[in-house]
Amino acid sequence: MMERPVVERRAAALIDHTTAIQAENVHAWFDRLHALRGITMTIPERKVTAVIGPSGCGKSTFLRCLNRMHELVPGARVSGAVLMDGRDIYTPGVDPVQVRRRVGMVFQKPNPFPTMTIYENVAAGLTLAGEGSRKTLDEIVEQSLRAAALWDEVKDRLRKPGTSLSGGQQQRLCIARALAVSPEVLLMDEPASALDPASTLRIEELARDLAKDITIVIVTHNMQQAARVSDFTAFLLDGELVEYGPTNDLFTKPRERRTEDYITGRFG
Amino acid sequence: MAVITCGCTLLVLAPLFFVLVFLVGTGWSALNWDFFTRLPGAAGETGGGMTNAIAGTLLLISLAGVVGIPIGVLGGTFLAEYPAARLSQVTRFAADVMNGIPSIVMGLFAYVLIVLPMRHFSALAGGVALGVMLIPTVMRTTEEIVRLVPHSVREASLALGIPQWKTTLRVVIPTAAAGIVTGIMVGLARIAGETAPLLFTAFGNRFWNWNVLRPTAALPLQIFAYAISPFDDWHRQAWAGALTLVSIVLMVNIVARYAASRQVKSR
Ligand SMILES: Nc1ncnc2c1ncn2[C@@H]1O[C@H](COP(=O)(O)OP(=O)(O)O)[C@@H](O)[C@H]1O
Ligand SMILES: [Mg+2]
Repeated sequence: MMERPVVERRAAALIDHTTAIQAENVHAWFDRLHALRGITMTIPERKVTAVIGPSGCGKSTFLRCLNRMHELVPGARVSGAVLMDGRDIYTPGVDPVQVRRRVGMVFQKPNPFPTMTIYENVAAGLTLAGEGSRKTLDEIVEQSLRAAALWDEVKDRLRKPGTSLSGGQQQRLCIARALAVSPEVLLMDEPASALDPASTLRIEELARDLAKDITIVIVTHNMQQAARVSDFTAFLLDGELVEYGPTNDLFTKPRERRTEDYITGRFG
Repeated sequence: MAVITCGCTLLVLAPLFFVLVFLVGTGWSALNWDFFTRLPGAAGETGGGMTNAIAGTLLLISLAGVVGIPIGVLGGTFLAEYPAARLSQVTRFAADVMNGIPSIVMGLFAYVLIVLPMRHFSALAGGVALGVMLIPTVMRTTEEIVRLVPHSVREASLALGIPQWKTTLRVVIPTAAAGIVTGIMVGLARIAGETAPLLFTAFGNRFWNWNVLRPTAALPLQIFAYAISPFDDWHRQAWAGALTLVSIVLMVNIVARYAASRQVKSR
């Protein structure tokens, strides 16, 4: 009885925002393994949405369903709908390549292209697609590096290999590379889990800053991180969405027993 | 254990060492400026050189590369990227079989395919015979190297909205490039000394030839011809030719090793 108003307020908090992505009853499989079991959630535009949950609960799988990366794994399958601008990205005829340009991704381990310079890494999304003149590339590379808070550190060595940077810098390079193709959404899969605490904080700040312009979905198994960076938090467990709402509410007044157990550290 | 290892190493190194020492000992005296710059002399005459044979070998290796490298690299990349595909299994089997086919049979193949229809021997036929022999080596090394490219590199590209085929051609192959080049050079070094496939394809030539549709001289052919001749000077030149050939192969191998070590460093 006590819960109702809270639930309504939470629903309202989400309805107030424009929707960037609407996931509807998303199931995902790896061969026989049923990794996601019907996720329905609304990801608001220009906010940071965190996805938390214990290891193996399906966080990465969910993220990869949002930009059609999941289907690249042999034997992987998806059902349900993922709507962007009201259109299901899984409709036959939608080109996954176009989806991935609209929905960028940053991975757990920094993965700059090993044979490319810093500049080439940032420009890669455009140059490999055969787009952008020399001059516009210069501009876009600078803008993207600035947006990723890396410009000042690398502006004098753009021609050095991307792999010559420190781990934290490499991850920001990967963020710049993703930003260079102007995505509407940026998916970040535990982007700081391989980094030292100082670099982690920079990535968190960056996520917040970026949300002024684009939609951020960030996976983390670190609850403090979710609390620090996100506006909304989704808690996943065994492939199901247990609870979803404004970050503050989820951490201070969880509705579900399982959420409470998880955030108070009783498991996972 | 250490003793056995050392023993085996010595057993491997000893023949290489003796071949080198013997080659240098016998071939060195005939190596002079003329050898590199002059055409073969008339039978029985002293003097003359193998300049056209050296050039011919380089021509044949180039032709072989044109035939074998694209097929080998693209085929190997396909094997690595689609390891389970039915076509991959067939290709892998075909490459293994091809690797075991005697080189003289490769020469026969080029003879039937090119020499007979054209009605004369040619550098092209020799190049194709060597090029076909190059394919399995390049293909299998490319496959191994491309497989070493981390999965995360492919994912990074695909997640940027780069189509699969472009990811393979523009990201995966360049990442593996140094290793692929090493494989190509080892393969080229291996075919550089092949004699049998050239006997009835490139055939040999006492004069200069840059026309790929004409017979051409080649070091291994020249060595063979001189070695079985009755003339002492030609015997000496055969040794010098062998030394030159081994030097070329050795140099290519050293460059290949260097390229490979660079690849490891850039990881
Ligand atoms: N490539 C894969 N092949 C088979 N199973 C996988 C693969 N990746 C993940 N899984 C399985 O899917 C489930 C969800 O994994 P994942 O989404 O990576 O979890 P999380 O990111 O929350 O740790 C786990 O049981 C995991 O073992
Ligand atoms: Mg994960």
